[in-house]
This record gives sequence, C-alpha cells and structure tokens, in this order.
Amino acid sequence: MLEGLIGKKIGITQGFDEQGNAVPLTVIQAGPCTVIQIKSTDKDGYRALQVGFVEGRTVKTQSKAQLGHFKKSGSPLTPVLREFRCDDPGEVKEGDQFFVDIFKVGEKVHVTGTSKGKGFAGVVKRHHFRGGGASHGSMFHRAPGSIGASSYPSRVVRGLRMGGHMGHERVTTRNLVVFQADKDHNLLVLSGAVPGPNGGYILIQKAKKS
Amino acid sequence: MSLMQLVEDKQKRTDIEPFGVGDTVKVHVIIKEGDKERVQIFQGDVIAKRGRGLDATFTVRKISFGIGVEKIFPLHSKSIKKVEIVRSTKVRRAKLYYLRKLKGKAARLREDK
Repeated sequence: MLEGLIGKKIGITQGFDEQGNAVPLTVIQAGPCTVIQIKSTDKDGYRALQVGFVEGRTVKTQSKAQLGHFKKSGSPLTPVLREFRCDDPGEVKEGDQFFVDIFKVGEKVHVTGTSKGKGFAGVVKRHHFRGGGASHGSMFHRAPGSIGASSYPSRVVRGLRMGGHMGHERVTTRNLVVFQADKDHNLLVLSGAVPGPNGGYILIQKAKKS
Repeated sequence: MSLMQLVEDKQKRTDIEPFGVGDTVKVHVIIKEGDKERVQIFQGDVIAKRGRGLDATFTVRKISFGIGVEKIFPLHSKSIKKVEIVRSTKVRRAKLYYLRKLKGKAARLREDK
C-alpha cells in the first residue's frame, strides 16, 4: 500500500474543533497520485513506489526519456514525481491511482516540503541569538559578537553559528492531525502549519505508529 | 481559491442572527465540564466587531456588580449556541470603546426607533 501522497499547499485558515477550540487549518490539494514505477531491491537496490501528482496542467516540453519512463505505467506525463519508501508494495501495480481516502480523520501525518526562503539572515533570526539592547546608549544591536579568541587558535572554530542563507530547505513537520479528507474534491485539511509557500508541493506521509 | 472557500464555508456559522454594534445581546455559551454540558448566558452591549471570515470576533461589555466586564467571542465558534438580540440602539461609531470611561447614566445607549 502507498503510505503517502503528493500535495499542493493551497492556503491556511481557521476552524473550530469539536470542543469549540479555534484551530489553525492548512488546506491541501492532495492527489490523485499515479504509481509510475515500482522500485525493487533486485533492480534498484531499495524498495519504493515512484508516484506522479496528477494536476490539471500537462507537461509542456516532453522529452523522449520522459515519454519512455511514463509509457510503462500507461499514464500521462505528470509534472511532479516523488518516491515513497515501501517495504511491501503488495498488490499495487504501475498505473494505479491513489486518493485522499487513504487518510482518515484524526490520523497523524508527517508533511515534508521546502520551507520559504529567508535570504541572507543574521544570527538573531537564523540562530535565535538574543542581540543587544536597542536604546539607552547601547552600541550592540543585532551583531553576532565575538567569534573566537585571537592568537590561539588563530582561526574560527568550524561550525560556529553565523549569519547566512536561511530557509528554502527540506523541512518535515511531524504529527499533524487530519482534520478533514474529502475524496470528491481531492481535499485534505490538516490542523497546523505546513512548510513552504502557498502553491508549493509537499509530501504527506502517514506517521509511523510508535 | 475554491478549495479554500469549500473549507471555510463548512466552518462558517450561518444560523446566527445578524446583530450590530450597539445592540444589547444575550450570548448563549455552551460550557463543557467533564462530560456535562450547560449553557451560560452573558448579557451585555456589543461594543465592537472585528475581522472578516472565520477570523471575525465581537466584544460584549456588561457591568457586573459595579465592575465592567468584557468578553470577546469568535463569531463562528461552535461554543456559541445562539445570540439573542434584546434591544437595538442607535450608535454613530463602529467601536464603542468610549463607554469604558463612562458609567451609570452616561453609559446609556439611545434606542433605535
């Protein structure tokens, strides 16, 4: 069985749970996903299911390599391809489609995506340094401070936290609760925030039971 | 946007009678204690409404034993059973925060005819 889906983040809003508490809700267009290739230990060295995310749009420039790859599963080209590790594919065949109904309300999922890029960020934003006072004659605001001693070791220790590029990296948010799953609209609503901008592609996987 | 709309429309309350700023209302709040449920009524003047969509809230002010008490309710909350309008008044402001400084006779609102 496929244990996850590819989705597109649509936006975030607010709702109310059964107790009447306000909860943040992320709206996701999840699936349908077509199985493009089944990877096996013998051939590929690991077991996984390669799936494509079926959206309204088609792939504009189609390469021969792509056409050949999709030909085997008999499905049209999809712009997004991702893999899910799967130790036991069971009866899943290439060309099979999966919908949001693999998730149940109340179930916990992990969501992986590419976080929003923050550009070159200073140490306060990037590493939560405290910074200095803003006023009262303080001359130390958001600078990193000392980055090491002088003559010994005469270099900066490797791995020291400094300013630099932040965001736009693969992030997984774990144990989000499924709030609503609607197969007719390929709609998945999760309680909580999901990495990345609206319109970004995300992977939704069932949380492993501990 | 249609998916967003779909989710929001499902969460929205359409059964609440529309009321305005300046109205005196009885808010029936569902209170859960363990597995028991009861309804508490909070009566006061609506002094503010803010936000759009699911985010909207309204503020109700009352004088309780001589002390001003304000409660902010999310408009689409499931813990609101109903909002009963006791009387409507004529006000010329969207936010009646000036009532906080007034008391007794000065804090009255003129009824809408």
